Amino acid sequence: MTTEGNNRSRVMLIGLVVVAAILLGKLFYIQIIEDKYKINASNNSMVYDIIYPTRGIIYDRNGKIIVSNKVTYDILVTPKEVTPFDTLMLAATLDISPDFIRDKMAEYERNRKKIGYQSIVMLKQIKPETYMKFAELQYNFPGFRGQVRSIRDYPVNAGGNLLGYVSEVDQKYIEAHPDEYRPGDYAGKTGIEAAREKDLRGEKGYHIYLRNSRNQIERPYKDGEMDKEAVPGHDIVTTIDADLQQYGQQLMQNKVGSLVAIEPKTGEILSLVSSPGVDVSMLADISQHYNEIIKDPHKPMFNRAVQAPYPPGSVFKLVNGLIGLQEGTLNTEMAYPCNHGYHFGNHKLGCHGHRSPLKLEEAIMMSCNGFFCYVLKNILENRKYKNIDEALDKWHDYVQSFGFGRKLGSDFPAELGGTLPTSNLYNKRYGKGGWKFTTIISISIGQGEVGVTPLQIANLAATVANRGWYKIPHIVKASEGVEIEPQYYERQYTMVDTTNFKKVIKGMWRAVNNGPGTGCTAAIAEVKGLDICGKTGTAQNPRGADNSVFICFAPMDDPKIAVAAYVENAGFGATWAAPIASLLIEKYLNGETSRPELEKRVMDGNLMSRVKAY
Amino acid sequence: MGNFSDRGVKQSIDWKLVISYLLLIIIGWVNIYASIHSEGPASIFDFNFRCGKQFVWILTSFVLAAVILFVINPQFWESASLPMYLFVLGLLVVVIFVSKDVKGSHSWFEFGPVKFQPAEISKITTSLLLATLMSQTNYRITRFKDFLMTAIVIGVPMLVILAESETGSALVYAGFIFVMYREGFSGWWLFSIFLAILLFILTLTASPYVSLLVLIGVLMAIGVVCTGRMGVIGWVNLAALILFCLMPWILGKVTAPESFLARLKPIYILIGICVCALPYFLIKGYKDRRMHLTMSALGLIAGIALIFSTDFIFNNILQDHQRKRIEVLLGMKEDPAGVGYNVNQSMIAIGSGGLTGKGFLNGTQTTFGFVPEQSTDFIFCTVGEEWGFLGCFIVILLYVYLIWRIIVDAEKSREAFTRIYGYCVAACIFMHLFINIGMTIGLMPVIGIPLPLLSYGGSSLWAFTVLIFIFIALYRQEKKYY
Repeated sequence: MTTEGNNRSRVMLIGLVVVAAILLGKLFYIQIIEDKYKINASNNSMVYDIIYPTRGIIYDRNGKIIVSNKVTYDILVTPKEVTPFDTLMLAATLDISPDFIRDKMAEYERNRKKIGYQSIVMLKQIKPETYMKFAELQYNFPGFRGQVRSIRDYPVNAGGNLLGYVSEVDQKYIEAHPDEYRPGDYAGKTGIEAAREKDLRGEKGYHIYLRNSRNQIERPYKDGEMDKEAVPGHDIVTTIDADLQQYGQQLMQNKVGSLVAIEPKTGEILSLVSSPGVDVSMLADISQHYNEIIKDPHKPMFNRAVQAPYPPGSVFKLVNGLIGLQEGTLNTEMAYPCNHGYHFGNHKLGCHGHRSPLKLEEAIMMSCNGFFCYVLKNILENRKYKNIDEALDKWHDYVQSFGFGRKLGSDFPAELGGTLPTSNLYNKRYGKGGWKFTTIISISIGQGEVGVTPLQIANLAATVANRGWYKIPHIVKASEGVEIEPQYYERQYTMVDTTNFKKVIKGMWRAVNNGPGTGCTAAIAEVKGLDICGKTGTAQNPRGADNSVFICFAPMDDPKIAVAAYVENAGFGATWAAPIASLLIEKYLNGETSRPELEKRVMDGNLMSRVKAY
Repeated sequence: MGNFSDRGVKQSIDWKLVISYLLLIIIGWVNIYASIHSEGPASIFDFNFRCGKQFVWILTSFVLAAVILFVINPQFWESASLPMYLFVLGLLVVVIFVSKDVKGSHSWFEFGPVKFQPAEISKITTSLLLATLMSQTNYRITRFKDFLMTAIVIGVPMLVILAESETGSALVYAGFIFVMYREGFSGWWLFSIFLAILLFILTLTASPYVSLLVLIGVLMAIGVVCTGRMGVIGWVNLAALILFCLMPWILGKVTAPESFLARLKPIYILIGICVCALPYFLIKGYKDRRMHLTMSALGLIAGIALIFSTDFIFNNILQDHQRKRIEVLLGMKEDPAGVGYNVNQSMIAIGSGGLTGKGFLNGTQTTFGFVPEQSTDFIFCTVGEEWGFLGCFIVILLYVYLIWRIIVDAEKSREAFTRIYGYCVAACIFMHLFINIGMTIGLMPVIGIPLPLLSYGGSSLWAFTVLIFIFIALYRQEKKYY
């Protein structure tokens, strides 16, 4: 036992020395061989005084400023340097209560060990006038100083969802953008601010100082040789028309939905309203209002224009009609009966009363449901295809070529693609061969599994206006120092020929301009001389009254603007969406409206009580 | 009770131990002052600050040491070990229910301004009871009953401390395995534990396949060592092992990515072979009474089980913060701002010290609060930054000397109780030393335990003083009478 024990004690003594050698080896490595830690340590004893760049200004398409910067001041305290001072005098200078200062000072006293020699922000965003007052009396308050901070300023009410907001980055954001941000930086989080964050933010600069072992700043490092000045952010020119955008906001006030206008030739978004939205007065300091915004049952932060997948309703008939024409299963001379709807078995897909039978042009003008049931039936039961699966997938490809069922690829952050059914989906749901045309009849009239965003139907209007192609909608224009992706200049062709579009456009013109009492659905949108072409839609909404939808473009022969209006729970397309879109077009093309009563009715209309909160 | 006759204080006390103890305490005190220097204490004796408080702890520790050396009869420790053990165990359990939550752990008693951690005392009482148990004349650790008793004495307080979420303190108890080893516990167990840790780390950082190859390689090597010859089978085995090492590369080279062979994962081939070979080893081992064959087979089964449960243990049993610390330690994730922050800052502080350090009170990293917990768990950073490699060398040398001296004294003592207790003390100090310094230089995950005698804190200082001075008293008693 003893000799065995002695052996084992020797083993353990050797083990002890080995472990000590491992510790010393690693210490030798990090203290003497490796330089990395020494370089890091010198970073730690140099103070980087960060200089924040001013953020780029955002202009509209006509050079009007939509977002700029304004100066505010923060009041900083270095508790270690504070000497007894006149609390009442400081309170009066800064327009705050003496108790606030006393509370703050007590808090700093409690945390003095944690704070050490650091400076702390006591008061945020005070007005320049207040700061001037403070600056004059600053010598009375050692340890207190002001620091300039620039925040966003919004001269035009262009809507919070379009512009987006800027706020302090959080841990998650920093991790998502490695090496770009540090705690305390600000970044654009939504809308244009986020879409063009890289251009707008500029580059931070810094002054380097050395500090002594009491953490006090001694002198600039190498006399400022290594300092870097901040580079201001690039200004951004948007495609938005500020006046039109503001007018759109007014038209959509107290309604839930979206209003999107696009210049068809360029794909430039002229206005994009998502209502209700975050008011610009809250944007500059959004963290203060964050709870209020989050609690709003109508979700003002939700950008309906690019994110909400709605059923398109009857405006989708245009797409089905165009596909029918292209496939040859429909021509302008075919006429179909409609006896208050399309009857199959004991079921019926209902329609409103109108004369029967109709041809394509009038079917569009009167928005006949029955007619378009036949249109889709003929597309899906086309002998050319092996079965309905193949026909539906061909239909799917057609629809997708219009920009549906996928992201359009706009430069708008967080754009969503909506939904579009394929044979796979129905095979999964009903089993292979377990479904036929009548099972999925509701997609004839833009209901059922079709989900589109307002941006996508605005793009449909632009596509029809261009007779068969579109350019990807976007909100940023190229300007000096700011480039946009080349795909925004390219025409995206649909799978339908130009000649077929002309046949449909005639129907859209008649839907608006055929004169009241002739059965046309959107006579309310008519403006003399503008040749507006449009299509109404009334989409079912499981939460209450139908959604009112209208897409249009004008003028017919040289389209300058395409508009989609989508108003939740507002009833027929003609009641709300059509007048809103029509007024917007008139404002854009004529500068003012010829129909002040209609404008007043729209602006005063309050539909909020009809909308069920989410 | 005290007896100053016989050979007298001067000869009977191991003064070399006492002096290294004193040196460490003073080094600790000076560095605590340096680490809180920027908070502005008036002097090292300023009682409003930790340095002054530590001075009080030091003085009271001296009183404790004197009481243990000169007042209490050393025989008391052996006779009272069981009741003390049970009493402290009771405290350990009670504290879970009455303590406040301090960073997730429930381990502190608070009486107004006084706080203490029963886990610190538990080290002493466990050591005493362990020494009492293992020094009984008929005790044989190789006997299962005795082994079980030993495991219970160590394991119960360890588990309770784990329940308090004091992982670090619980880990210290693993050090008692060295005591068991000294008292005849098989070295294979020690070896198996290290192998298990190695396999766990390899599975996480490399792959289960590599881990399995290492396991098989080690088992083969053991086979060769046990039989004492290589043989034809040995060479064949070695060739097969090398082939398997190259297998993933070969499979990737010769086969198309979609072919059957490419989809066949090498690890499944290897496991298939293992499963076929196992019965052979078990039967052959049993028939020929070749112990190492049977044990190798069992080791292989245990190893494969460990390798395949590693992911589960790592992802499901370990808590989030523990997993993150291990990931950062093994370099699986970079996280200089989060979990890695402490380690990174502490390594910067130590690394910036260089050979001779920045000098007393001149450290910039430790004094500005870059390093967290700088006067308690990370006190070694101050040593490293202000005194450099030479300072670290001296401190580690002092510890090694202290532990070495305790082991040598323990071996010299004639009473088994003194010897075993001495090993317990050495093991506790060793574990604290290795875990704490290992943590500050990135060799160990961040586990919050103090550096013995150096870190700020009354609980810890008192506990180590009592732990060490009981040994000095026991040893002195022997010298007095023999």
